[in-house]
Amino acid sequence: MNLRKILFASAALAALAGAAHAENLLKWGANRDIGSLDPYSYGDSFTINVLNHVYEGLVRYNRDLKIEPALATSWEILDDKITWRFKLREGVKFHNGNPFTADDVVASLTRVSDPASPLKGNLPAYVSSKVVDDHTVDITLNGTYPLLLNDLTNIHIFDKEWMTEHDALKPTDIGANVEGYATYNANGTGPFSVVSRQPDAKTVFARNPDWWDTPQHNLDGFELLPVNSAATRVAALLSGEISFTNDAPVQDLPRLEAAPNVNVLEGVDLRTVMVGFPFRDKLSTGADNPFGNVKVREALYKAIDLELIHKKVMRGKSRIAGATVAPAIPGYVPELDELPKYDPEAAKAMLAEAGVPEGLEFELNCLSDGLVNEEQFCQAIASMWARIGLKPKLDVAPRAVQTPKRTGGTTDIYILGWATLPMLDAYSPLLQIFHTKEGNSGVFNWGGWSFPELDKLVQAAGSELDTAKRLALETEALGIVKKEHIMVPLHQQPMAWAVTDAVSEMPLFPDNKPRLWFARMK
Amino acid sequence: MEKTLSAPAMAEPARPSRLARIRQSDLWYSFRSHRSAVIAAALLALIVVTAFLAPLITPQNPYDLASLELWNAEIPPIWNAEGQWPFILGTDTQGRDILSAILYGSRISLIIGFASVVLALIVGLALGLIAGFFGGWADNVIMRFGDVLLSMPFILIAILISAIATASLPTGLKDILAAPILIVAIAVPSWVQYARTVRASAMVESRKEYVQAARLIRVKAWRIMLHHILPNCMTPIMVAATLNFGLAILSEATLSFLGVGMPPDQPSLGTLIRIGNQYLFSGLWWIVVFPSIQLCLIVLSVNMIGDWLRDALNPKLR
Amino acid sequence: MLAFLIKRTANAIFVMLAVAFLAFVIFRFFGDPVEMMVNEQATQADRAELRERLGLNDGFLTQYARFVTNAAQGDFGISYRNQQDVMVLLKERFPATFELVLVATVISLVVGIPLGVVTAVHRNSRLANMLQISSIIGISLPSFVVGIMLILLFSVSLGWLPAFGRGDTVNIGWWSTGLLTPSGRMALILPGIALSIFQITMVMRLVRAEMLETLRTDYVKFARARGIPAARVHWRHALRNCLMPVITLTGMQIGNLIAFALVTETVFQWPGMGMLFIQAVTFVDIPVMAAYLMLVSLIFVVLNTIVDFTYAWVDPRLRDDTARAGGANG
Repeated sequence: MNLRKILFASAALAALAGAAHAENLLKWGANRDIGSLDPYSYGDSFTINVLNHVYEGLVRYNRDLKIEPALATSWEILDDKITWRFKLREGVKFHNGNPFTADDVVASLTRVSDPASPLKGNLPAYVSSKVVDDHTVDITLNGTYPLLLNDLTNIHIFDKEWMTEHDALKPTDIGANVEGYATYNANGTGPFSVVSRQPDAKTVFARNPDWWDTPQHNLDGFELLPVNSAATRVAALLSGEISFTNDAPVQDLPRLEAAPNVNVLEGVDLRTVMVGFPFRDKLSTGADNPFGNVKVREALYKAIDLELIHKKVMRGKSRIAGATVAPAIPGYVPELDELPKYDPEAAKAMLAEAGVPEGLEFELNCLSDGLVNEEQFCQAIASMWARIGLKPKLDVAPRAVQTPKRTGGTTDIYILGWATLPMLDAYSPLLQIFHTKEGNSGVFNWGGWSFPELDKLVQAAGSELDTAKRLALETEALGIVKKEHIMVPLHQQPMAWAVTDAVSEMPLFPDNKPRLWFARMK
Repeated sequence: MEKTLSAPAMAEPARPSRLARIRQSDLWYSFRSHRSAVIAAALLALIVVTAFLAPLITPQNPYDLASLELWNAEIPPIWNAEGQWPFILGTDTQGRDILSAILYGSRISLIIGFASVVLALIVGLALGLIAGFFGGWADNVIMRFGDVLLSMPFILIAILISAIATASLPTGLKDILAAPILIVAIAVPSWVQYARTVRASAMVESRKEYVQAARLIRVKAWRIMLHHILPNCMTPIMVAATLNFGLAILSEATLSFLGVGMPPDQPSLGTLIRIGNQYLFSGLWWIVVFPSIQLCLIVLSVNMIGDWLRDALNPKLR
Repeated sequence: MLAFLIKRTANAIFVMLAVAFLAFVIFRFFGDPVEMMVNEQATQADRAELRERLGLNDGFLTQYARFVTNAAQGDFGISYRNQQDVMVLLKERFPATFELVLVATVISLVVGIPLGVVTAVHRNSRLANMLQISSIIGISLPSFVVGIMLILLFSVSLGWLPAFGRGDTVNIGWWSTGLLTPSGRMALILPGIALSIFQITMVMRLVRAEMLETLRTDYVKFARARGIPAARVHWRHALRNCLMPVITLTGMQIGNLIAFALVTETVFQWPGMGMLFIQAVTFVDIPVMAAYLMLVSLIFVVLNTIVDFTYAWVDPRLRDDTARAGGANG
């Protein structure tokens, strides 16, 4: 390419870039980047959320978070009670033009349930699947299981031909020391397709003109711009450099509300923030672990001033929680939501009674890129515990650094937020957090507890097809969680989105997931 | 033996007191007549004194978790209508008194800055003397290692050392070792400069006759180095050390700002600025502005003094 | 001359091998690579197999040799965090950092040289004293504080300039440039200024010192005596004599600027190599850290070697001077 050609090409590109402004291009300033373009190699709900604009599941949530058909049009449970038959939508095309068929579904389910897939826990009951005809698929489970549809909302369907062509039938194995093709490229059936991606800087999405559904959005595309710093995000929103953020810092809401060109969308997230205790014999310091004693857990719970955290750290925007699931989640009953009485004196007495030594040192493991104001409420909790004579050591670091310590059990007390995603049912935390760790159960049981009575209830709920009976079992199990203080809830965290006046419609969802296929611009 | 050797320096009759000697010196005269240096020195003295008296004069120990009261969070400075005694410069989002945090933070910044310069000086002088005096393979190894260090940017080495040390330590130790790690991280890339200066001087001196003579009569090598070679190169070294003190404080602040320095429960000035930076648009300007001002004042006063010292000791500019 | 060339090149290679050794030690011994790569469910057998496949059971020297061979071919493996080829990641980010450093360098020369000349020519005037003091303030202000203040003033209060990112970029081959779009140029201004403050004061002080020397030479005195206007003597004749050291300094400082850009990039969310590195540091993404260290050191060493060559070419006396002054502590 000679110089003149280069200049000409760049001028043409600049013209293109300039033209982009005239379109409805939504600029989404997120607090972090997606981990990959491959939803199966990076099990993280934000990544899955963003990639849901590109890839779709067999079913999806509608505006009211009710499940509706997507790539499947209908389904039935066969007579053996463990096989589900899905009829697939016809005439759907992937972004590369390939038609969508039953082969694609089987290949995708095989890929997501691969032993190396970090997402296999999201499809816990799956055993196998087979093609019946071009547009019919059978999925076999390991037993009767009521929540398959909820799980399938987040299992994205890939194109088998495309995966075969690019050697991506298996999830990326980082140990193989080669990039996965799907890490950098995407080919789904969704309302948007990926135009370009520069990690940590910009990922550009364009409207898919051949989408099978009638679009409710009027976007020509959107850009995902990761802006980690909360202050920078606010500045960018005020100056119009971004037109939407799904994480407006709660401390800056008054300022944003006062700005003439910004609208704030507020709500309470479904995510319940909880404190988890270690149940192992020893603490990370090597000292004996007193947290196996329910009285000690209760004492620590009583020493947390939930009201104060709500008022000062969460600026009155959170909902103080007594239950480990939010009120909107099936399985919740108001009786579970009773709040403890803040009483540091009683807490101190209970610790003394349980024989906990004065000045006991332990770690409090928090994320710097986790929940809303996590670093701040962790500091607040640490100082509250310091006041009842304990010596908590605050350990704050990014998720990627903390997760190995948590799963490996090399830390002590930790904070976990759980929104029951993707299934939106109390079964989710019961199975994934509170159940004893074995097989696909208790994957997030980082404290290492085991309550056989609770396990039985969870297993019973897991094969109960009658909804009312199932929810009663779940409620009973949640009662054990509360009585034993296995994890103690703090609050449902506030959720604050903000848009500039260029955006006319942006429905706020209680699962805190932006769905830009419902967004409209002026 | 050593008496005779050090004679030229010692043989002045009727020595006046040390203070008087300082008063009569050219250096003192130059200092007195240099207004900005006097102001800078006074400012630095004030900062050092208040920082080290912090436990006695502050209303709160900001490093003691049990003393933080969330009810007191986000109080503006005292001259604001909502200000509250004793929080003169207001409080942060945890109810930490900003003035106390600044004084304690300055203490950390000053200690780390000073200790890293001293450590770099000791290592640099020792290795430089050895390299210059003995030459040969010791010289080769030391100076080659120095070359390697100088071929990587200063800030990069400091970040790597600090990040790796922090990542590989358990949480309990991390708290205790945070400051020592930073001291080492900043000292490692900066000793080479001193070593090069001393080495050059040592090479010149060790060829001189009196050193050869001393060697012949078996005066111990370290004695020659300490008593004859070192004093000859102290002037440029002291200037460099003063300027590096300012640089070390800046480096510590930068590392803490980037999140690889002091942890949030033992904040240095850089950590305070990092935390405050999150509240830039929340109307809580005092959390970031006051620590920034203090940091700038410290580095500025050190640099003013260093600048004056360099001019005063540079014969060319007299 | 040839001997000097060979010697300097050998020296540069030795330094790079030593840096590679450090990078290798970091890579190999801090954080077990296997633990970083496998997911939670991996069995002990999986881990052992991966260990063997990665060659972590080989001898130390074998592993080092392999690391160097791979590094020389630009292969640093896969980022733990992004699961992408590290070299591709760095290559994507390099243009952003380079343009930022370029702009900062231009600003520092355009502003620093005239200020240096003025302070030297009008030595002891009020203006010169003020500039001298502001230059001390310039080296005393932490660049992140400067960045924060610039954002507060120009983005938030005045709303003139963007607060983060590169704006629109245009790709020319693999190089993405922000210089060809209006928003890209606007986005360069604030970070460029923040990064150049320190450099401006260095250039200014150097020019001042060199000018003072030159003004004392007979050559300048003679020119003045001949009746050539003072301005012409200062800005044409004297200044020309000071430019060589300024160019040298600028060349040697580019490496430092690239490293210091990581602070500016963090403040302005500038998607360059520095931000990649800082994120790698917080995520303990060792392959990226190792590669960044090697790349920046390589730039550093190459620039220093070029400066040495140039000097030796201009001034043959320097060819056997071994005790050359280093300038990494600027």
